Amino acid sequence: MELTVDGATVHATTGGREVDPARPAVVFLHGAGFDRTVWRLQTRWFAHHGRSVLAVDLPGHGRSQGAALTSIEAMADWTIRLLDAAGLRQAALVGHSMGALIALEATARHPDRVRALGLCGVGLAMPVHREMLESAKAGTLKVEELMTFWGIGAALHKGGMVSPGLWLRRESLAVLRGNRPGTIHTDLAACNAYSAAETRAAEVRCPTALVLGDGDLMTPAAQGKKLAAAISGAQAAVLPACGHFMMVERPDETLAALRSHV
Amino acid sequence: MPDAKFLKPDTLALHAGQHPDPATGARAVPIYQSTSFVFRDVDHAASLFNLEVGGHIYSRISNPTVAVFEERVAALEEGTGALATSSGQAALHIGIATLMGAGGHIVASTSLYGGTRDMLALTLPRFGIETSFVDPRDHAGFRAAIRPSTQLVLGETVGNPGGEVLDIPAIAAIAHEAGLPLMIDNTFASPVLCRPLTLGADIVFHSATKFIGGHGIAVGGVLVEAGRFDWAASGKFPTLTEPYAGYHGIDFADEFGPHAFIMRARAEGVRDFGCCMAPQTAFYLLQGLETLPLRMARHVENARKVLAFLRGNPAVERIASPELPEHPDHALAQRLLPKGAGSIFSFDIRGGREAGRQFIERLKLFSHLANVGDAKSLVIHPATTTHAQLDAAALKAAGIGEGMIRLSIGLEDPEDILEDLGQALRASQKG
Repeated sequence: MELTVDGATVHATTGGREVDPARPAVVFLHGAGFDRTVWRLQTRWFAHHGRSVLAVDLPGHGRSQGAALTSIEAMADWTIRLLDAAGLRQAALVGHSMGALIALEATARHPDRVRALGLCGVGLAMPVHREMLESAKAGTLKVEELMTFWGIGAALHKGGMVSPGLWLRRESLAVLRGNRPGTIHTDLAACNAYSAAETRAAEVRCPTALVLGDGDLMTPAAQGKKLAAAISGAQAAVLPACGHFMMVERPDETLAALRSHV
Repeated sequence: MPDAKFLKPDTLALHAGQHPDPATGARAVPIYQSTSFVFRDVDHAASLFNLEVGGHIYSRISNPTVAVFEERVAALEEGTGALATSSGQAALHIGIATLMGAGGHIVASTSLYGGTRDMLALTLPRFGIETSFVDPRDHAGFRAAIRPSTQLVLGETVGNPGGEVLDIPAIAAIAHEAGLPLMIDNTFASPVLCRPLTLGADIVFHSATKFIGGHGIAVGGVLVEAGRFDWAASGKFPTLTEPYAGYHGIDFADEFGPHAFIMRARAEGVRDFGCCMAPQTAFYLLQGLETLPLRMARHVENARKVLAFLRGNPAVERIASPELPEHPDHALAQRLLPKGAGSIFSFDIRGGREAGRQFIERLKLFSHLANVGDAKSLVIHPATTTHAQLDAAALKAAGIGEGMIRLSIGLEDPEDILEDLGQALRASQKG
């Protein structure tokens, strides 16, 4: 579906069902350089299990217009304006990587608008390696290869996707290479600059689930556990043989960790 | 920060898509000879049927052994996903049927496998899909042949039997300017010699029966998607961008993005048309994939020795191989197929149809049959077999002479291959 936020068209997938404000809503937020399609399985499952779903393309990503936003705080406020545009009083926010930081920040800023939180592939801090930032700024392919190589868990470098016939390496590269110039750098710089996770974590009061990969080299599980410890009542699931892309690497386990919370 | 060190193609040919079986420790890919797979509970069943979770339902749609083959081919072709089919022709058909229905139009190279041409020229028109054929070297012709109803541009990496090489980057650019995908039959090159998706193509298909299987023991096909084509922006593909009642109004491009084409091809194509690959076939083809890089290197090496031999033989009038400098596509082949243009080529024998008959009859090592890409050397006379349905004009347009012989050079000792060819050529000239 198409929404308008800040005068720009925003695209969101609804998992094959119309958004019904009467049902509990779930908003999925993708990570740096990616788009709504990383949530393809979870989107459909929640939409067909009693929720209204918006898997959104953030500004400047996927099919959404506008420029990519430059800070996690700006993205968090934008997410609340997205809820307004969709006519949603409250929603569960489920984010991956950068999207998880957005969800965390939005929950702390607007606690009355967020009923539950799902944080995937996230840590207490998300520093971005200098080479990755420089490559992203220069617009070279290296950043896409680094994000893909370090993002995919060791096991999945040989494949073995749960969804038959799909090859994750090329999926990641294809989505990253589809970005508009500068988008990946803007995203990574926003992640790198964000330092409020610990503070914001202490302010979260809603049910929270963290989904972490034991082989995640981008956001190591140890960092994720520290974030979980900082959120009152949060539950953390560490998925075995899983890297940074748990939604597609271990979709069943990711769903199991999220479904009771969101 | 350490560089990205992705597994290389030779490694992927052995490992992609598989981990040792978690239940038994089996190192080889097990043959999951099961039509169907038990659901964990009722909700799991419903979720699988609605594409909410990954996994297997019924082997017409997917199977664990076949899925290893699919993922491995996707990895080697650098695609986002693959779908195995019962044959290469089935892959072609599913590829087309996923993109269009009655009223659709295809622009295709004239340099095509005879069975492909039959499907496009004779069969699909009965279902309302028309094709315009264009010389593969006539780039302007491709552009001119595109109509408002066109939904696909189609060609082969290396054509058959003239050895025409399609300028994939140039034709892809023409297709993309018109909002169309380019689909390539990469059977003759295999992903070892050419990966069309890295050159701009959007879909690749194979007769996996040929080099991928490599041993002439199993018929199969496979479709691979690049994951880059913007189906929504094109506006020409309602099958991928409009709600589909078959799965509760799913919009494949919206929900599956870089997997839109292959997901629809699986969810509708093999589900409805039923042309699935059997798990035992996938097992055979996986054995072929494991040695594909080694075999292709030897195929090319042997083919080059045969070409050098034939070039100096007085019984040979003309050789159609882009490996040779006199072939019009030699420079293009060097650019797009730097490791070699394969081991399938044709030549015209002095003495026409009768000399050709004598030559084939006298061969001892070569097998006279309708296949290519086998580990064993093969021979056929296209005018009376693979392209028999073409009249004289169509034969000429496809670059096929009545005395043309097609060879598929195998992996035997090259001295034995040359010896066999030499004695048969001598016999063919004795009248």
